Amino acid sequence: MRKLLNRSALSAVLFAVAALLALPAGSAVTNMSTAPDFTLHTLTGPNLRLQEQRGKVVLINFWATWCGPCQQEMPKLNQLYEKYRSAGFVLLGVNVDEDVKHANEVATRLGLKFPVLLDSEKSVSNLYQVSTMPSTVIVDRDGKVRYVHRGYLSGVEADYEKQIRELLK
Amino acid sequence: MTRNGFRLLILLCTVQLGGCAQLPQFPQFHMPEPWVKPYEREALADPIMQFSGDPLSAKHFEHVHVVREAARGATGVEGGGCGCN
Amino acid sequence: MAVTDLSLKQRRAGQNRWQLLLKLATLLGGVFGLHHARAADLPEDSAEAMFHYYNGGGVTADGPALLVRKKVADSFSLSAGYYIDAVSNASIDVVTTASPFRETRHEYNVGLDYIYRDAHITFGTTDSTEPDYVAKSNSLDIAQETYGGMTTVNLGFTRGEDEVLKHRDPSFKDFASHWQYRLGVSQVLTPHWLMSLNGEASSDNGYLSSPYRVARVFGAAVPENDPRTRSSRAIDLRLIGDLGHRDALHMEVRHFWDNWAIKANNLETGYSRYFAEDWLADVSMRYYRQSKALFYSDNAPSDTLYISRNRQLSTFKDIGIGAKVTYTLKKTAEYTVKLNGTWELTQYKFDDFTDIRTGQLYSFNSNLVQLYVSATF
Repeated sequence: MRKLLNRSALSAVLFAVAALLALPAGSAVTNMSTAPDFTLHTLTGPNLRLQEQRGKVVLINFWATWCGPCQQEMPKLNQLYEKYRSAGFVLLGVNVDEDVKHANEVATRLGLKFPVLLDSEKSVSNLYQVSTMPSTVIVDRDGKVRYVHRGYLSGVEADYEKQIRELLK
Repeated sequence: MTRNGFRLLILLCTVQLGGCAQLPQFPQFHMPEPWVKPYEREALADPIMQFSGDPLSAKHFEHVHVVREAARGATGVEGGGCGCN
Repeated sequence: MAVTDLSLKQRRAGQNRWQLLLKLATLLGGVFGLHHARAADLPEDSAEAMFHYYNGGGVTADGPALLVRKKVADSFSLSAGYYIDAVSNASIDVVTTASPFRETRHEYNVGLDYIYRDAHITFGTTDSTEPDYVAKSNSLDIAQETYGGMTTVNLGFTRGEDEVLKHRDPSFKDFASHWQYRLGVSQVLTPHWLMSLNGEASSDNGYLSSPYRVARVFGAAVPENDPRTRSSRAIDLRLIGDLGHRDALHMEVRHFWDNWAIKANNLETGYSRYFAEDWLADVSMRYYRQSKALFYSDNAPSDTLYISRNRQLSTFKDIGIGAKVTYTLKKTAEYTVKLNGTWELTQYKFDDFTDIRTGQLYSFNSNLVQLYVSATF
C-alpha cells in the first residue's frame, strides 16, 4: 500500500487517468471502427455517399463559415486535395451552416476544389459525434476510421499529410 | 489531513472518476453530456451575441460610469486610470 | 517510520504540496476536458480608431483613442492602445468653489494574450497620466473553457498604484493603491441563449478623495475627508439571446455594496438587429440607482471625522437611453471594416445634493458620443 502511495507511482496514475479522461467517452468513431455511412447533397448538386468512396483514402472535414480555425485550415486542405487526388485520395468538406448560401459564398471565395457536402440538419455531425469545430476524420481504403483530429492548430496539416501518405501505400 | 491521507483521497477520486468497478461504492456523479454541440453554435458566434462589445467603446462607457457613479466592478471591462477631480 | 524518512519528507514538504496541486489541476483539467481536448481561440487581429465625446454637468471630455491587436507566433496575441481625454471642467464643484480648467489625460495600455489548450491567459498593463494624477495598473486574467466549451470560468486580478498631486501646491503628494479580484462563469444555455455571472471584490488604500473638493458643515466649507480605505463587492448577471430574426436581446443586472455603506443597483437592457446586408442597429436603456455613503452630507449638521460632499457618493439615480449604428464598409476574405456611431443621453437626478447656486436639488443631462472605425483582419 505504501508503495502504491509512493509519489512517482501516484504521478503516473494521475497523469494516465487524466489522459484517459481527456478522450471522448464511448465514441462510435474510434480507431479501426467502420466509418458510419452517410449520403448528403453537395454544393454542386448531386448526392454523395461515403460508401461509394471505398477503395480510396477519405479525409472527412467538418467545418462552418462561422468558425475561424476552419477557415484557416481550408487552404491547407485544398492543397492536400490537389496533391493527392490522383493517387486515390478524396477530401469531403462537410459544412454545417444553417444557410447554404453562406457555405456557397465562402467555398467560392476560398476556391475549394474538393466536394462540399451540406449537413445543415447536423445529422452526420451527430452521427460522427463531432466534439470540436473543426474536426477531421481520416478513413482508410477499407472504410475504417484510422485518425481523428479535433480542432485546428497551425502545422497539423503536416500530420494529415503523413497519415494520408501512409494510408495511400 | 495527513499527507498520505490526502494522497489516498486523490487516488480514490481519480480511480472513482475513471469508473473503476473494484472499489467500494461511492455516490456516482455523472456529468450530463454537453447539450449544445460545437456544430450548433452558429448563432453564438455572431458579434451581436458576445458579452464584450468593441473594446474601445466599452472602455469609454466604463470610464464614464466609474467616474460619475460610486459603483464599479464585475462588468467584464478592465478599468484603469482616473479622470476625476 | 524511520527517522531518516521523516527528515526527507520534511525537507520536501513545500515542493510536494505544489506538485500535488499541479497534478490535481491536471486531473481536473482532464475531467472537465472529458468530452474533448481542444484549443481555445486567440482573439482576431484588429484595429480600432475612435473619437469619443462626453458632455454633462459642465464637464466636457473628448479625444481620440486607438487600439491595435496582432497575433504573434502561434499562441500569442499582442495588443496596444492609446487613449486621450482632454477635459474641460466647469462642473458644479469647480464653478462653485474654484474656476474652470482644462487638462489632458494620456493613457497607454499593452496586453499579451496566450492560449494554452482550453485556457486563455491575458496579461495587461495600463499607464494613465494627467498633470495631477498618475495611475498605473497590471492585471492577469485567466479564462478556462470546460464542459465541452459550454462553460467558461474566468479568474482575474488587477493591482493598481496611483500618485495623487495637486495643481499649484507642490507640497501635496499622496498615493492610492487598488486591488481587484474577479471571478466569473459564463454558460451556454441553448444554441441561442448565453448567460454569465460575475463577481468582483475591490480594495482601496490611500488617498481616495479629491484635493479640490470641499465639504459643507453648518453651511461652511471645510476640506473633504474620506476614509483612507474602501472595500467593495459587486455581482453582475447577464443574459444574451438570439431571437431568430438576425437580432439579439441582452440584459444585465448588477448589485454593488461597499463598506462606505453605499448600495447601488443597475439594470441595462438592449436590442440589436441586422438590416439588409451591411447595417446593424442597437438600442439600449440603462437605469442606475445608489444610496449615499455613510459620511456623505450635502450640509452636515454635525462635525464628524469623515465628511464628504462628493455628489458621486450621494443618493441619486440616472437613466440613459442609447442608440448605435454600424455600417460594414467592406468585407473580403482578408479583412472587414466597419463604421460605428453611438449616442447615449443620460439624466442624473440627485436626492440629497443641492445646487448651491439655486438651492434646488441638482440634476443634469449628459450626452455621450462615439464615432469609430473598426477593422478585423
